Amino acid sequence: MLAYCVVVADDLFKALADPTRRTILDELTEKSGQTLFEICSRLSMKHRLGISRQAVSQHLAVLEAAGLVETRREGRYKFHDLNAAPLRQIVERWLVPDTSGPQESAP
Amino acid sequence: MKIHLTSIFVDDQAKAEHFYTEVLGFVKKHDVPVGEKDRWLTVVSPDEPDGTELLLEPVGHPAARTYRDTLVEDGIPLAQFAVDDVRAEYRRLHGLGVRFTQEPLETGPVTTAVFDDTCGNLIQIATKPR
Repeated sequence: MLAYCVVVADDLFKALADPTRRTILDELTEKSGQTLFEICSRLSMKHRLGISRQAVSQHLAVLEAAGLVETRREGRYKFHDLNAAPLRQIVERWLVPDTSGPQESAP
Repeated sequence: MKIHLTSIFVDDQAKAEHFYTEVLGFVKKHDVPVGEKDRWLTVVSPDEPDGTELLLEPVGHPAARTYRDTLVEDGIPLAQFAVDDVRAEYRRLHGLGVRFTQEPLETGPVTTAVFDDTCGNLIQIATKPR
């Protein structure tokens, strides 16, 4: 169980370590459910990042491996959604819970 | 050299004729029977009746289908049309039941949106850069 958590954490921290991937997460926070084309448009037009579609695909694969991005098929299209749940591990690992208030248990 | 015609593959020409004229608002320019069931079917913008024609070409080749399906999966449009106001056009088309894979997105001077043409393609609408 501990080993599993370490592996998951490694993927998570690796995913978050890259500025382009953090920008992708920012954009998915603004609007969940984007096609690869929309993500590429946002990176190139809004953030002026000269990045190929293949490179964006690879970044998305890393984010998906870390559980931060989920893909969903809807008819003929594929959409990417943000899943911030894995970030809870970071909070639970180091932040001491505030015992004075009501506590919420993690799933 | 001038671009007087560009083409897009469509699953069904009758369906395409309906969508591109009744829904999008283009005007039919040429409609000539070709072979047994196909037509040379082109539309133009009502603003530019002598402008570039869009050929609604029947998708016959299996490779075209794979090509389109792969692009559609990633949300990549196969054509781009200019509109004065992307948000207004989005509201109008959305109201008519058109499926958008990308809602209006402002990126600097240009606003874009992407919708499904019901004939197998994604189309991007964009404001003309001023």
